[in-house]
Amino acid sequence: MNPMTSTLTISHLTKTFGGVNALSDVSLHVAAGERVALLGHNGAGKSTFMKVILGLIAADSGEISVCGEAPGGAAARAKVAYLPENATFHSALTGLEQITYYLRLRGEDTSEAMVLLDKVGLGHAAKRRIGTYSKGMRQRVGLAQTLIGHPDLLVLDEPTSGLDPVSRRDFYELLDGLAAEGAAILLSSHALTEVEARTDRLLILSGGKMVATGTLPELRREAALPIAMHITAINGYDGDILTAFPDAIRVGSALHLNCSQEDKLTTLSQIAGLKDKVADIDVIPPSLEDIYSHFSRRDGQ
Amino acid sequence: MIARILATAMTEAHIARRNRWVLIAVVLMVVFSLVLSAVGSAPSGGLGADRLSITVASLTSLSVYLVPLVALLMSFDAVAGEVERGTLPLLLTYPVARWEILAGKLVAHTGILIIALVAGYGAAAIIAVASDPAADAGFGALWRLTWTSTFLGATFLGIGYALSSLARRASGAAGLAIGLWLGLVVLYDLALLAAVVADDGGTFTTQVFPAALLANPADAFRLFNLTASQATAAASGIGAAAASIGLWKSLASVLVWPLVALGLATLAFRKVEP
Repeated sequence: MNPMTSTLTISHLTKTFGGVNALSDVSLHVAAGERVALLGHNGAGKSTFMKVILGLIAADSGEISVCGEAPGGAAARAKVAYLPENATFHSALTGLEQITYYLRLRGEDTSEAMVLLDKVGLGHAAKRRIGTYSKGMRQRVGLAQTLIGHPDLLVLDEPTSGLDPVSRRDFYELLDGLAAEGAAILLSSHALTEVEARTDRLLILSGGKMVATGTLPELRREAALPIAMHITAINGYDGDILTAFPDAIRVGSALHLNCSQEDKLTTLSQIAGLKDKVADIDVIPPSLEDIYSHFSRRDGQ
Repeated sequence: MIARILATAMTEAHIARRNRWVLIAVVLMVVFSLVLSAVGSAPSGGLGADRLSITVASLTSLSVYLVPLVALLMSFDAVAGEVERGTLPLLLTYPVARWEILAGKLVAHTGILIIALVAGYGAAAIIAVASDPAADAGFGALWRLTWTSTFLGATFLGIGYALSSLARRASGAAGLAIGLWLGLVVLYDLALLAAVVADDGGTFTTQVFPAALLANPADAFRLFNLTASQATAAASGIGAAAASIGLWKSLASVLVWPLVALGLATLAFRKVEP
């Protein structure tokens, strides 16, 4: 990747807590305008990784460049927006006061506060104390503050947790707009189907190691997980099909068969050869969860 | 820089108003000041001092205890509360320096303290002036008490932020704050008194004791106020002890302590890893 367009560059990052490797030898590039999803189990090191990028935690070794600056420096902080996991705020402040405070800290016009709250659908509750907000509303205050100014990099720790499906869709539309303007976005999530449709690239972190990175089709190819085929035979022909496919097993009225990616077409043409005896066939590619589990378990997790 | 400090100060002022800290501080100062000025009205006759100077002498003794207490109550939650609520990591990703955050809190809390001091001292002064036509003579002492009380408050606010950063939990910080208050304001003087009595005019009394008084911000505050005004010193009856230490020394201690406290607070806050 061209380093000139790289908003975030990390090479050989390692962080140890009390002898345990929280992150080991993690490298990563995120380009301007790119949306990258960070996946991993609880405790895989996602939040630690984000805090190192933000400069909240110092790395033990490795190099990090955030918008060409050292992480956590005043210049980097001016260009980076962060949404912590389970964003919390002082319960005595109103949403409007909280956002106004953040605008002032970034040297922005405070009249933007209402605009930002309207953007995340909190305009009606702007003058109520945050203590009276629901979890989803607090999360939206957190989202609103990430939109302040024009950040070059957004680091979002589980941004859609606590949001209803409609709010999630609205949120990803906001992100699309920011990415189109050139912001790089790094977000963590547990919702695999959601990030698949809404991000350009996936990273899988497991036990502090970056075990996979790429687009979903790339990861699917790399994982090379077997494809499941469910064959329903025309009455009485089960035996013939079982003879043709000795590895198939009977599940209810269907016969289940697994084949590798390379054998997919061969197997399908074999089944097509038996078309007089087959009532129906379902081809089921490995699910996102299967691919994710494959990578995150590979290191004995 | 100034804009960011003021932004934090404004936010802290909103929080303090909602959490009733402004009200609590004002009520505490007014009630205690009025009680004291009522009690203190009895011995005014034979001392040759005006009524306001006597009130100021009483208020000085009160403030040594009350101002540090109010300051510590307002400040113990400043950092530990942010850590416990989980609001600190996000705040620290903003382009604001840690000392600017503390300075903003200090501006807001000092402002609240000034409101409480003016309300409390003002109420006591009005009573003194209303009952004694010669009380005008005490205005200088009253003004001195007000600004030194502000400095004393700022010192203990800074110490409170430092304890809050060290404890990282609000309950722990509250315990440390109360312990420190007892130590510096109550036990310190008792220990010095015991040592002076035991020493019976030896090197401790002449060498160590004055330095020990100046090293403690509360004692320096009391010393300065009582030395600066002869009338007040007479009213409080510690003229001889106070006169042995130069006025500029206690003044320097009163002025330097807030800076030292804020420096300690910044050092402690820097060590907090969110």
